[in-house]
Amino acid sequence: MPTRAFTSGVQTVERALVVDPGQRVPGRAAGFPLRREGPAKLTGAAKYTDDLVFPGAWHGITIRSTEAHAKLVAIELDPDVDWSKVVVATAADIPGDNVVASIKDDQPVLVPVGGVIRHHAEPVALLAAPDKETLRRLKGRIRLVTEPLPPVFDPEQSDHVFAKYEVTTGDLALGFAGADLIVEGTYRVGHQEQLYIENNAMIAVPGDDGGIVIHGSLQCPYYVHKALKRALRLTHVQARVIAEETGGGFGGKEEYPSMIALHASLLALKAKRPVRMIYERHEDISATTKRHPAIVRHRSGVTKDGVLVAQDVEVIMDGGAYCTLSPVVLSRGLLHAGGPYRCPNVRLRACATRTNTPPNGAFRGFGAPQTEFAAEMQLNRIAERLEMSPAELRRRNVYRLNDTTPTGQVLRESVAAEEVLEQALGASHFERIRERTARESAERGGSGTIPPGPLRSGDRRVANGIGLALGWHGAGFTGSGEVYIGSIASVELTADGRIRVLTANTEMGQGTKTVFPQMVAAELGVPSDWVEYAPQDTAEVPDSGPTVASRTVMVVGGLVIRAARRLKAAVEERNPGVPFHEAFRDDAKANGATRIDQKFEAYPGVVFDDATYVGDAYPAYGWAAAVASVEVDLDTAEVTVRDVIAVDDVGKVIHPVLCEGQVEGGTLQAVGYATLEEMKVRDGRYLNDRLATYLIPTAMDAPHIRTILVEAPFSGAPHGAKGVGELPMDVAAPAVIAAIHDATGVWIHDLPATPERILAAMHGDRGAPAA
Amino acid sequence: MELIHRPASAGTAATEARIAIDLVVNGERVALEVEPRRLLVDVLREDLDLTGTKVGCDTSSCGTCTVHLDGRAVKSCTVLAVQADGSAVRTVEDLAPDSEHLHPLQAAFVEHHGLQCGFCTPGMLMTALDLLARDPDPSDGEIRHAIHGNLCRCTGYQSIVASIQEGAAVMRGEPPRTWTEAHAAPRSTAPAPDR
Ligand code: FES
Ligand code: FES
Repeated sequence: MPTRAFTSGVQTVERALVVDPGQRVPGRAAGFPLRREGPAKLTGAAKYTDDLVFPGAWHGITIRSTEAHAKLVAIELDPDVDWSKVVVATAADIPGDNVVASIKDDQPVLVPVGGVIRHHAEPVALLAAPDKETLRRLKGRIRLVTEPLPPVFDPEQSDHVFAKYEVTTGDLALGFAGADLIVEGTYRVGHQEQLYIENNAMIAVPGDDGGIVIHGSLQCPYYVHKALKRALRLTHVQARVIAEETGGGFGGKEEYPSMIALHASLLALKAKRPVRMIYERHEDISATTKRHPAIVRHRSGVTKDGVLVAQDVEVIMDGGAYCTLSPVVLSRGLLHAGGPYRCPNVRLRACATRTNTPPNGAFRGFGAPQTEFAAEMQLNRIAERLEMSPAELRRRNVYRLNDTTPTGQVLRESVAAEEVLEQALGASHFERIRERTARESAERGGSGTIPPGPLRSGDRRVANGIGLALGWHGAGFTGSGEVYIGSIASVELTADGRIRVLTANTEMGQGTKTVFPQMVAAELGVPSDWVEYAPQDTAEVPDSGPTVASRTVMVVGGLVIRAARRLKAAVEERNPGVPFHEAFRDDAKANGATRIDQKFEAYPGVVFDDATYVGDAYPAYGWAAAVASVEVDLDTAEVTVRDVIAVDDVGKVIHPVLCEGQVEGGTLQAVGYATLEEMKVRDGRYLNDRLATYLIPTAMDAPHIRTILVEAPFSGAPHGAKGVGELPMDVAAPAVIAAIHDATGVWIHDLPATPERILAAMHGDRGAPAA
Repeated sequence: MELIHRPASAGTAATEARIAIDLVVNGERVALEVEPRRLLVDVLREDLDLTGTKVGCDTSSCGTCTVHLDGRAVKSCTVLAVQADGSAVRTVEDLAPDSEHLHPLQAAFVEHHGLQCGFCTPGMLMTALDLLARDPDPSDGEIRHAIHGNLCRCTGYQSIVASIQEGAAVMRGEPPRTWTEAHAAPRSTAPAPDR
């Protein structure tokens, strides 16, 4: 397998921290292996779920509610249809508990007759048939008899609270009393669809033992496994989940796959044959989880020198109809709500409530992009009011080593907020360009807010702008999450002399299948392609936890490295004086298989009290800065994001090529969030529930993205890595909005900044600073 | 070509009248009988088991189903199988005999990280090859324009554009470059940050 020489991602920035080729880092190979499954994906040989053939398989579909809130009185099958040729399943067919196992177990697999429909597109019944045409024909012949109930669509009007938290430190009143300037703001963000390009797909195959084998597109095999056991009353062995090649997830295939797997299984058990549930895009958008919409209210006090002295933040998230992951999404949102800034007097309050809309769930960033957008808007608006550079305001407030967060966490190590800030400012020539855009704005007549047309001086129809944002992202699970799930990852020397890594962490494009073998190979001193990555099959691999929270490389990678070290030690102890790479084949022949199971142990010194929200909310934080450059057409308010400088501190770079890929992909999703992606909701229903109407960035919308990787290692992980997947998602959106302000003079408080919103603000309808 | 009958997966009612069509798929003649309503993409995937061609939407928006029809890239979800009668169809499976002998464009995607989840990749390759057949040395802007009907949610497109640039160079006869070399001196025509 070809390898690469080591290189840094940056050539032009002086004193770039970036990867140092001479430095030995556990898990980092001398060269970087190419994507392991790349050739199969490029030749069409790779099998995604819908590519798999199961002889005799039927197709399944879901009959969904068309109301947002109603009592389900009856499910009527048209008497003119011969239903004996197909299979219909309802809640009455569920052998176990009618819940999709999650945090609160409030979501039914199917709404039972007599039960309550809580959102549009909620699953009520299932239908399987030998062919899709029959399904299309019969779908409309199943009628739901319902009695409407009054729906709630406004999260602030809901009296059903999924989760509520408050964190306070210092004395808020005293803080505001000492402020020279108080700035208030309300920021709103809507649903965002993950829009993995492969739709949800699941195939259930009934087994002889009464069990089920699931083949699916999913992030977390053991989440699905747990859900199957609970609702279908299966033993650990009877439920088997295999993650097939997965065409993107971004959080969207974290928990909804449990639901689909249960649906496919119910039909498969009843039809006694494999059943394929392959969603079409329309169904995938209208029914599955989105990023939580949020309303964030800020009140901040600063001195005239730009020192933050008080922060009062209130976050309201719309959980949708069921709890799903809302408590943890909200928790992460809350803990990041102040931004990466030191402040002595802080109150953070957060609440997630129930509405009669489809449930919201995980999406890259997991609550933090919502609240960090608001925090950065606030910072940028404060800078404007103080007539201070937004860079300078941040310099005066960013976290430094040994600062304390609102939960009382002392940042003892791995703090790179200043570093990423300075890197981004340097690489983008931020201050120089800001001066120029200010000059251009002055030449246009003082501000971009003058009406388009005759008043505009000269013939410039386009305004340039540059914007900055800074962010942080707690690495791994919040609080004691990792201790609670106690992941296990394994490395095995098989009896026939093969080396295998066994984890349940899935490949969704981020590079798990490449990086884990690379890490083990680096520890064992063998080439990467000598190490196999076992399939993500619950019958084979241990529960190493879900593939979420940017935890794969940091947490599971740490376990894998430790397991590899123990394997190496065991083999070398049995073969004194012979290095592992020479000894392992003979050792396997002589001693049989050696398997090392490595269980997660709490990071030393990291303590968090989940009840009081005091302590180390995360073992460490990743730090990110983004500088965006935009052009805004002053007639149409169309925004072109020209380029983004993305600076991310990931602890240690294990594979720079894959790492950059994560930064680029996350940055573009954030640019989409800022400018384009908007779910229109009416009466609890998504209106633009097709790919033709829910727009994501194309290659023409995508900016040039320059990635600068910074390394501030975390001592708790053997390799120092802190994860990368979510970090870039937190910062690019507020940077783009700041750049739009720089170009036009208006602040857009609600995402996305569509031309309509920008024009409205430019014409004075909205956007004037609130305080 | 061997016909793979995927039991009960074709999604058609047995009663519908079938129409005989002739295709040349990846260089081989295939005679088929299809219902008039069936899409080319479904026939490729379900009847011929050419699952490298993907389906990502129901509104012809994503481009994952892109194949070549008589040499030009088309979204095979917008073509009825009967419309393709008499035509030559080329899918991603035809680009390389096996994964050891990749087409230069595929090799460039591996080296320059032009794919993450890989779901958009077959369509991207087919669209890019259509462009390169007409313009062997396109600018970044021309590449972005050509692939703007192929959505990718993973990569941010930058590495796809770079992969196409590097692949095009090899197809023009230049020696292949590593990621490291390309990174140090991109061919891309990206704007300088202080333009
Ligand atoms: S499947 Fe999306 S364009 Fe054809
Ligand atoms: S690589 Fe995943 S959609 Fe393009």
